[in-house]
Formats: sequence, structure tokens, C-alpha cells
Amino acid sequence: MEISLINLPEGKKAVIKKLEGGREFLRKLEALNIRVGKIIKKITGQPFRGPIVIEVDNTKVAIGRGMAMRIYVEPEK
Amino acid sequence: MRILLMGNLNVGKSTLFSRLTGINVIISNYPGTTVEFKKGKMKLGREIVEVIDVPGTYTLEPISKAEIVAVKMLKEGDLIINVIDATNLERNLYLTLELLEKNKPMIVALNCWDEARHKGIKINIKKLQKLLGVPVIPTVALTGEGIKKLVSYLKKARKNPIKLKRKEKWAFIGKIVKEVQKIRHKDHTFLEIAEDLTIKPLTGIPVGTVILILSFFVVRFIGESLSRIFDYLFNFYTPIANWLGNHLSGFLKEILIGTLIDGKIDYLQSMGLLTTGIYVPIAVVLPYIISFYFVLGLLEDSGYLPRLATLVDTILHKLGMHGLAIIPMLLGLGCNVPGALSTRILETRRQRFIAATLMAIAVPCMAQTAMIFAILAPYGIKRIGIIFATLFIIWLILGILLNNILPGGTPETFMEIPPYRIPYFKGVLKKLWMRTKGFIFHALPFVFLGVLAMNILYTTGIISAIAKISSPIVVKLLGLPKEAIAALIVGFLRKDVAVGMLLPLRLNLKQLIIACTILTIYFPCIATFVTLLKELGIKDMIKSAIIMMVTSILVGSFLNIIL
Repeated sequence: MEISLINLPEGKKAVIKKLEGGREFLRKLEALNIRVGKIIKKITGQPFRGPIVIEVDNTKVAIGRGMAMRIYVEPEK
Repeated sequence: MRILLMGNLNVGKSTLFSRLTGINVIISNYPGTTVEFKKGKMKLGREIVEVIDVPGTYTLEPISKAEIVAVKMLKEGDLIINVIDATNLERNLYLTLELLEKNKPMIVALNCWDEARHKGIKINIKKLQKLLGVPVIPTVALTGEGIKKLVSYLKKARKNPIKLKRKEKWAFIGKIVKEVQKIRHKDHTFLEIAEDLTIKPLTGIPVGTVILILSFFVVRFIGESLSRIFDYLFNFYTPIANWLGNHLSGFLKEILIGTLIDGKIDYLQSMGLLTTGIYVPIAVVLPYIISFYFVLGLLEDSGYLPRLATLVDTILHKLGMHGLAIIPMLLGLGCNVPGALSTRILETRRQRFIAATLMAIAVPCMAQTAMIFAILAPYGIKRIGIIFATLFIIWLILGILLNNILPGGTPETFMEIPPYRIPYFKGVLKKLWMRTKGFIFHALPFVFLGVLAMNILYTTGIISAIAKISSPIVVKLLGLPKEAIAALIVGFLRKDVAVGMLLPLRLNLKQLIIACTILTIYFPCIATFVTLLKELGIKDMIKSAIIMMVTSILVGSFLNIIL
């Protein structure tokens, strides 16, 4: 089941299934190794529509809500 | 020969650069851009070679200005040291493959080798070397492990121009990682637990508050201690100044020694070039500059600031900026000039304008803060609190206003949050030295100019002329004596000297608070002004200046009514 990164519960791991957006957006994500097929973990989300923090490999990345909405993942069982 | 250090952000490139080069490091902008890079020298055998710390990039594709500059610099280099983070092999190798394509002699420094070991990551160096076709040397820039070996292997740097398409690159990287890397699960280390706790809002916000308060007290403690030492040293200077005072007379004495207070030299009030002119910058301001930049360096190099930026991102977005805009604000607390320069890390012009304007208006530099503390300390810390609370409220309100008035929006946050690392102490000290040196060379001439200008303005009677014209505003609206106008004029040269000039005016507490607040807001000092003019351009600078003056009159009148 694919859900948006926003709806992934805190502390949960998931596989990236789909990235929606323009070429520039995708390149930006790719530069930080956020690609389809990668496993990521949601660390936290800042309150009041603040950025989402995820972990990919050994790096943490802060991503604005609007961007996070366009990242679709499938939670690990 | 020119050696380029290239790699992703936060891989320890700068620490490695500090290790390789000596004390003489030049920081400059790449011609025609606002991207900064560092240049240093290194001894290689009998030759002295140039080492360049290229801005960190994740790729050579033009995603931001940093990549465009990196590609240009690449053409001018003879040898590449590709610094990669052993704990993040996969992502780092993308740039490595792009660099190999450029067909220059290259060597890989597999940095953070110890951290990888702690995390249970094992990398087969021999296999990695074979797959990449260039030497790979494990290093720990922080402790210096492997650096000698890296240097001795520089002459063995190889070319290996493998050309691959994007997808093929990732496939090849997948193959490399599978073959050379083994990960054993390990329990979280203390630093890793701290990493999570300081980014989650529930724990991160209280911890962040404690860190900031603690930083403030450490800055104050080190600053006060140093200040006491420097002040003590002036005891040895006083006889010389007295001797000069006895042997000089007239205008020269007025300029060099200044006015005697109760028959003695008063370093804070005499306002002579050789009394106040050297005492204020050295014994009052410099101690706090040193302690501030020391603490800031620790915060920077430990990797805490991006976390703070993430925590405050929501608030700063309401003010039209990114969380990262916290950095110009913090730097501005030291000196507004580097604060203004660092607004460059913000992507859009709108953000830079808001950040620069808010910083210039509401962030007092350490020189001014130190003087405010020196003068208001007898009244207690609560009184000083009024000034800073007022500035903070102005910062908030003005930010919200600008964000709603200016057209356009704020782009979304997207940034890497580096792992916590123990700061490389020598690196921190080196940075501290560069910044302190910057302060001494940029600020001292202006302090002299400020004191000189003040003396000339007084003796020629220009002050009383300007005071007459502006007295309706200064006296009626702000409730200050018209002599205070002199401080406002000199404040354009140096704010610390200007705060000092308030002392002989015998202002009451309310007037002191208003004067100190206005001195922060009304206009930046000349060094900041010139920097802002360069960064913002003339049109935006005029806009910014109008906002400053209007704000200062409004706030000053308001304080005059309610206090």
C-alpha cells in the first residue's frame, strides 16, 4: 500500500515507491540518494506544518511538507 | 601544482584541508560569484603546492551555484583528492564516478574511517581500489590517522576515465557497495541517540533552549574573564598615557588623550584616540569577540546548527525565511558584517533581503552588546533584558510584516542534517584566529576614525548645528537630550564607541535604554552598510534603510511613552 511520506508514522521504515515532481526536484532528491527503491526511516515531523526529518542510509535530511507530500512510500511490515 | 579537495558536504573535507595546509589560509569568492572557497599551501617533497577546498557538492550537475563553481574549478586543477564519507559510501560514490569521468589524476580519501568502524561498517579497501581504478586511502581527518599515507600516495594518483550514463552509474555503485561493504548491526552509540533526541521537537526544543542559554553564559564567562585580564594589563599602560597627557596640550591633547574625568584618565569616558580609542576595542570588545567566536565555532563544527535550523524552520517560515536563516542571525550577534555575508546561504533574493534587513535592525553586534553590558550592568540584568526583548519583538513583528507585504513566497526547506562529530580542536582555533584577525583589522581603524570624527565634529561645532535641526525628533519624540545626536552620528562609524559616548551625557535609565535600542536599529555601522550595499544592491539597500529609520523612530517614540 502506497502512502505519502507525510502519513508514515514516526520511527517507521519504508521503501520509496514513487517520486512526483519536476526534473529539478528529482535531481535534488537523487543527489542525497533519495531514489525509488531506497529504504528510508521517518525520524520526526516538526509541529505546525514544519519540515519532516528522514534518515536515508546514514544521513538525516530535513524536507519541507510540500516536498514530502510528493514522496510515496510503502511501509515495511 | 594545484590540488583540489572535492567531495559531498559534511564529509570532513574542511578538517582534512586544515590538516594538509598551514596557517595561511585565504578565503575568497570565486570570481563573479558569491560562492566562497579556501586556498592554502602545502609542502609536497621539495615543492610547495596549492591546495583548494572546493565548495562541497553532491554532484557535478548544475543544481546550485556551488556545483557550477566546482565544475569551473575542476578545469583549473591538476590533481583531485576526492574525500568520501565511509559511513555513506553509496551516496558519495556518485560524485566519485562523475569526477573519474573528467580524466584527471585522482586519489580517494576514505574519511570517517573510525566512525564507520563504530557503526559496524566494514569496507574492503583493496576491492574498492580495484573497482575504482584509483588509490583509496582510509583516513580520519579528526585525529590525523592516514593523512601521511594519503600525502605519500599523491604521486600515485591515477586516471580512470570510465564513462557511464546516470542509470548505469547507480547500477555500478550498487555493484560496488554490494561487493566491498559489509554491515554488521550495532547498538546505537550515545551520539546517535543524541542525534535523534535533538531533532525531535518534544525533546529538541527544550535541549536547544538549554544549549543557547548555556552558550550565552559561557560566552559571558570567558568574555568577562578575558576582559578582566586585559583591563589589568592596562594598569601598565596608564603611566605612559599619563606622561603623554602631562606633556601634550591644546588640540593634540584633546584628540589623543581626551577629557580628564576628576583629574584622571577614564578609559570609558575620556574619548581620546590613545585612551578610549584603544581601551574599548581591546579591553571591552575583543574579549567578547574571542569568546563568542569560540563558542560559535564549537556549535558549527559539532553539527548542531542544522538541527537548530530545522527546529526553528516553522517560525522562520512565518518571517519569510528558511530555518537556515538562523545562521546569519547568530553570526550577526558576533559582527554584522559576516552576518550580512552569510545571507548568501539563502536561495532567493526575497529571503536574503528579509534576513539582511532583520539582522541589520534587530541583531546587535558583540561590540555593541559588550558596551551595553559595560554601561548598564550597574542597573542590573533586567534592564538590559528590556533592550534585548524589544529587539526580539521588533525582529518578529517586522519579519511577519515583510513576509506578508513583499511579493513571492519562501521555497521549501531541503537540507542534509550531518551527524554529530567531535570538533577538531585545532580547526576550531584556526577559525577563531581568522575571525579575530578579521575583527582586529576591520574594526580597529573604524574605532580610531570614530573617535577622531567625534572630536572633530565637536570642536568644529558641526554637532551643535545638526543637533539643532534634528532636535524635534531626538528631544520630543525620543526623549533624549540633543547632545545624544553626536552618538547617533558616530554610531555610523562604530556602535561601541557610540554607546560609550552616552556615558558622559549623564542620561537616566530610561534614556539609556532608549538610546541603546535606537543605536542598534536606526542604521548599520559603515562596515556593515558597505557589505549590505554589495550584497543587496542599491535599490534594496535604500528600501532596507527606509525600513530601518521608520522602525527606529516608531520604536523610540513608543518606548518613550510606555517606559
